[in-house]
Amino acid sequence: MLAHMITVEFAPALQRHVACAPQLVQPGSLKHVLLSALEAAPPLRHYVLDDQLQIRKHVAVFVNSEMHVQRHDLTRPLQSGDKVLVIQCLTGG
Amino acid sequence: MDSLLIGTRKGLFIMDSDSQGHWAVRDIHFAGEPVSQTFTDPVSGHWFAALRLGHFGVKLHKSTDRGASWQEVSCPAFPAKPTAGFWSDDPTPWNVEMIWSFAATGSANKRRLWVGTMPAAVFYSDDDAKSWTLCESFWLDEKRKVWMGGGNDYPGLHTLLVHPQNDQHLMGAISCGGLWETQNGGESWQSVGQGFKADFVPHELVNDPNVQDPHRVSVCIAQPDVMWTQLHFGLYRSTDAGKNWQQLQGHPEVGDFGFPILAHPTNPLRAWVVPAKADALRYAPDARMCVARTDDGGKSWSIFRAGLPQSHAYDLVYRHGLALASDAQTLAMATTTGNLWISPDSGEHWQHVSGHLPPVACVAFTA
Repeated sequence: MLAHMITVEFAPALQRHVACAPQLVQPGSLKHVLLSALEAAPPLRHYVLDDQLQIRKHVAVFVNSEMHVQRHDLTRPLQSGDKVLVIQCLTGG
Repeated sequence: MDSLLIGTRKGLFIMDSDSQGHWAVRDIHFAGEPVSQTFTDPVSGHWFAALRLGHFGVKLHKSTDRGASWQEVSCPAFPAKPTAGFWSDDPTPWNVEMIWSFAATGSANKRRLWVGTMPAAVFYSDDDAKSWTLCESFWLDEKRKVWMGGGNDYPGLHTLLVHPQNDQHLMGAISCGGLWETQNGGESWQSVGQGFKADFVPHELVNDPNVQDPHRVSVCIAQPDVMWTQLHFGLYRSTDAGKNWQQLQGHPEVGDFGFPILAHPTNPLRAWVVPAKADALRYAPDARMCVARTDDGGKSWSIFRAGLPQSHAYDLVYRHGLALASDAQTLAMATTTGNLWISPDSGEHWQHVSGHLPPVACVAFTA
């Protein structure tokens, strides 16, 4: 069962503000996956996504080892077993 | 004596003075995080701190115990940007990039908290910052589309004033979008301010209220028809609650450019400014810090330099970098290079309190 789930993990720089353990969520679009994971810590959502539900300019989302570049387009489908990592960019500090 | 809240690029500093009038840092909150604005609700006594996190956006925190503890509360946010119609090509992002101003209205039991933001918009909360409502009549006014950023990427509403005798009457100042007011608690807004001149726009628009860049606006609390503005180019005073403005001459030695302006709360003839060299340089005139004060309604200005650096001072005081305490004579002034001075005597003499603060966005006394 777990092998069919997607893992979403948030970097320590985010957890410094709002704690959130790694989440296992059902496959779907990247938007669905992120929003599902962020249900575990609703205040964290606004740290990752802006008012338009796009990835913030200085936040980076990796799907496995590839950074998702189109921060305004989260329709990309994720597959069972994918791993999502949300980190702060090294810009914007 | 009041405490002093200092919002900086690297945290919120709290300063107190001892019985001898010596000021020192008592505490720091949000260390390392940019603090864009603070607010003390005069009715509840609650403190608010607006953060502008470099990576993670705007955040809002509240303290009910004068900073002993803080709670993150909800932030205002824009609705989804339309994909069709007039606003679909709006070059301004529909994202709150900064909370730049606060106000509060209503009774203790029915309190309304207001914020002004960049991009320039007004939001209010009737549930103690649990949720926010966008003033759509303001945000969707088509005049907004020609506003420009002033010192920032986008137009910003940096000053919100509540009329002391009518809290349905608010005024907002926008860089660069002029002055706007509501007479009905935010239901509708109008562009106001006749008499301003924006010398940097095409000739046909020089007097258009909608293109002006009021750096800061301040009102005389006891006589609220009297208002003062430090415009991008020029000092102005109004005696009819901001409808019409008369240009003032700055002191010939230091000119009329700058960012902050403060009205005396009871004396309608007194105000303070911090002159700067216009407008490409933006540091103290001749690199010599001074504060100017008028006591005759802006007909003349006195310059005070005692205690301020008089050589190689490249300091700039932002819009909210000058504050007046509740005694109406103690002033605090802080700069983008981390200097902070206190004047106990209405600006005539200054005590250097710190030279190593992070760049300062705002200072405010709190009782």
